[in-house]
Amino acid sequence: MAERERRLTPPRGGVFVPRVQVLTAQDVQRALTRIAHEIIERNHGLEDVVLVGLQTGGVPLSFRIASVLEEMEGTVVPVGLLDVAFYRDDIGIRPVLPEAATDIPGDLAGQLVVLVDDVLFTGRTVRAALNALADYGRARAVQLAVMVDRGHRELPIRPDYVGKNMPTRIDEQVDVSLDGVVLGDVVPR
Amino acid sequence: MTEASKGSRRHLLSIAELGADGIEEILEVSDAFVEVGRRSIPKVPSLRGRTVVTLFAEQSTRTRLSFETAAKRLSADVLSFSIDTSSVKKGESLRDTVETVAAMGVDAFVVRHTSAGAPAAVARWVDAAVVNAGDGWHEHPTQALLDCYTIRQVLAERAGRPLEGAGVECFVGLRVAIVGDVRHSRVARSLVLALGALGAEVTLVAPGSLLPPSLEGWPVAKVSYDLDAVLPHVDVCYLLRLQSERGAGAFLPSVREYGAWFGLTSRRAALLGDDALVMHPGPMNRGVEIADDVAALPQSLVLRQVSNGVAVRMAVLFMLLGQGQVGTGGGGPGLLPTLGTVVGG
Amino acid sequence: MAERKSRGTSASGRSSPSLVIRGGTVVDAGGTRVADVVISGGVVVEVGPGVTVPQGATVLDAGGCLVAPGLVDIHTHLRQPGAEDAETIETGARSAALGGFTAVLAMPNTDPPVDSAAVALEVLSLGSGAACQVAVAGAITMGRAGERLAPIGELAGLGVRLFTDDGAGVQDVSVMRRALEYARGFDVTLAQHCEDDALARGGHMHEGEWSSRLGVPGIPAEAEELMVARDIALARLTGGRVHFLHISTAGSAALVAAAKAEGLAVTAEVTPHHLSLTHAELAGYDPVFKVNPPLRSQADVCALRAACASGIVDAVATDHAPHAPERKDATLDAAPSGMLGLQTALPVVLDSLGAGSKDDGADRDGGPGMSVQDVLGLMSWRPARIAGLGRDQGGEHGGPIEPGAPAHICVIDPSATWEVDPVRLASRSRNTPWAGRVMTGQVRHTVFRGEAVVVDGEAQR
Repeated sequence: MAERERRLTPPRGGVFVPRVQVLTAQDVQRALTRIAHEIIERNHGLEDVVLVGLQTGGVPLSFRIASVLEEMEGTVVPVGLLDVAFYRDDIGIRPVLPEAATDIPGDLAGQLVVLVDDVLFTGRTVRAALNALADYGRARAVQLAVMVDRGHRELPIRPDYVGKNMPTRIDEQVDVSLDGVVLGDVVPR
Repeated sequence: MTEASKGSRRHLLSIAELGADGIEEILEVSDAFVEVGRRSIPKVPSLRGRTVVTLFAEQSTRTRLSFETAAKRLSADVLSFSIDTSSVKKGESLRDTVETVAAMGVDAFVVRHTSAGAPAAVARWVDAAVVNAGDGWHEHPTQALLDCYTIRQVLAERAGRPLEGAGVECFVGLRVAIVGDVRHSRVARSLVLALGALGAEVTLVAPGSLLPPSLEGWPVAKVSYDLDAVLPHVDVCYLLRLQSERGAGAFLPSVREYGAWFGLTSRRAALLGDDALVMHPGPMNRGVEIADDVAALPQSLVLRQVSNGVAVRMAVLFMLLGQGQVGTGGGGPGLLPTLGTVVGG
Repeated sequence: MAERKSRGTSASGRSSPSLVIRGGTVVDAGGTRVADVVISGGVVVEVGPGVTVPQGATVLDAGGCLVAPGLVDIHTHLRQPGAEDAETIETGARSAALGGFTAVLAMPNTDPPVDSAAVALEVLSLGSGAACQVAVAGAITMGRAGERLAPIGELAGLGVRLFTDDGAGVQDVSVMRRALEYARGFDVTLAQHCEDDALARGGHMHEGEWSSRLGVPGIPAEAEELMVARDIALARLTGGRVHFLHISTAGSAALVAAAKAEGLAVTAEVTPHHLSLTHAELAGYDPVFKVNPPLRSQADVCALRAACASGIVDAVATDHAPHAPERKDATLDAAPSGMLGLQTALPVVLDSLGAGSKDDGADRDGGPGMSVQDVLGLMSWRPARIAGLGRDQGGEHGGPIEPGAPAHICVIDPSATWEVDPVRLASRSRNTPWAGRVMTGQVRHTVFRGEAVVVDGEAQR
């Protein structure tokens, strides 16, 4: 999600210019399948598991993981959507506006939440997500699944499930979707 | 949400300066705050550490409470200040008051005043963000915004569409009648501007003495003195409050006569189409501009307007204070940290 | 809008016999023609020369007479409720019928004034059995005090079409402005008695040559003209309709002319006495000549006559103002203002506005030579329109006289002479300035709703 933010936000707002395709669509699908297996394995099943996709990049990924889980275990795992705009720690430093809906199914008390996002970068988005989740009840545990971990952490946040570890330069951009993962640059408009 | 509008607004003083894009942006952000309001803990930490001062020179419990609730739900600190205009000289002393309060560290002023232009004056005197909560007869921007939000919300519900991404197309060609003391109404002025900017078709219905002397430049389709003739052809009937001091004979013979010709009685409510909506900014003079039983009808949206008011005001405060502007919080865009510590995910 | 009651008052319940008006010359807005008029069931059924008289019909001889639509007086003080010693609706209506009027507009300065639905309904109810139609004007402000608006909307819902604080003008310009704005939605006319209190206060006659000679405080022409100018400006500002009651000066006429040239919705009326009498009449300090606005100079009289001829003035209205004899019989300054006018209006106006005319001893120029048709227009169909009583406005008056028209007709003998005897007038009061004078022109018959209420100069009701 941070990547999208940075693309749209001044003063570095600009156009994403792709350079190299790191993962294909098929690679992404395999990674998500593997992550789904790991979730089942780690948690000894899917009891009380809730997926929460971070808007907007984590949402399609979380729905895909949910459908894989349903195929494998026959269980329908609830999927929530979370926009963390109101919990960011850079409100007042940069313009921030909510992009999409928040829709958390029911109370999260006692649930095991798996946060799903597309890219893990500085860790601040995940930290904001943890703050937001706290307002929905005291979860039993929170785990983090990301498609890409690109390094440059600024907070002590680590993912539980990773699609691909991808070291990057700080000024590079990573674009993640179900069609693949692309590394590129942001060129000013 | 356009790039240009992000971070560009310091104050919300009038609908006139917002334009259709600005209105649409605020309505969209309000969707998120409506969701916040539905949670069991309807609070977000977004404006933690910020100070919002409500500065009201005119009696108004409802609007003040709405703004205070909005600020508190954003985790801001709220101070309330009542200015008694009768004991204080106007103009200069207002400035003293405002500058003194601002010096204690204030991020936003929410100002309601009997003098048109008072919030603009405050905006000139202080660095904080200023929200106009109603200035004389001039404007009441957040009221118009919450009214537009309510219309958009109800129309989306009716169509079975999700509110998110609903846009503002529902206003194009929407037929709205605004009934009552338009001349002295800041709500009417803001609402006419908002609806006009969004492409709605506005009809004003009022006795001749309660219309503005000139409607030049107003985006109004037509004016009528005959409420019965107008009601069957509107999608929204918006009733303005008749202030009791108006009924004292100067502009109207009596409140009773106003109610007979311009009040939404049960008989008149039956003239409305089945899908028509009835709205009122509150507080209602039951039996004057709206009959008691009409206020309770399902098509009356008065309570919804009130609850949406908090969400819309949260959106306004969030957009003004969350935009990286000058204040006691973080610095402006020019003070962004270096690349290494930029916000990320 | 709220329901409007029809202005045709309820049927009297009598079945009217057939009437034939025979041998006269019909004059109405459509023209002049020698014709008889057959009336049946309250309505004109035939107009033409040499009609066959239906069996059982009453014949009214109109030989040598003009047969015109009933006259309409839009400015009458009927004094009821409150001053029944001076006049009642019944006696006032009888005077009107004798004067050829089939409709009068009762002024609202009664006691209590017509500033509520209750009083309006009372006047209309009292008038329902009268010898002519009694319509009522409403006040502009509560109590005619010039401060708070009267329930114009509610009264309009009862059929009131004209509002005035007559007796006084609305002094506060912001109140008049609000009234005009408020009235816009109700399709009514606001009428003004133009008199600026500050200038007029203390005056008992026209301020000029005669008031100076007689040592009596005067009312300058400007007291009227200032308010005329003011309300013309307000008509322009608000888009409202303004009617000027009893204009009395050359200056007022000029202002109205300019306003009309500009296209503003203003109309004006003149009284018979302001077309014929001057302030010289006050030489004997006789209070019968005390009226408000006062009798003015000869130049004013001439200007008003010319204004009638040129169309600037829309109507003649009597301002019939009865006062009990004991009240009028006082010193000039103590006596109330006002003159009777209903029974004498027609001959006075024909004389003042017609070509060359009777010499009754007064020192005056000849009239502007208006045609009889135009004079009748000033007294019948044009005032009917101002008061909303015209046939195309939902009313019944002003003609034209044609099959299907409500039968409101006056038969006028233009050459009959008669002497004005105050005691024998139908009014309860006697304050006519023409006492003892010989009038030329008299109403022979008056037909109201198909019923002959005046026959051979005698009231039947």
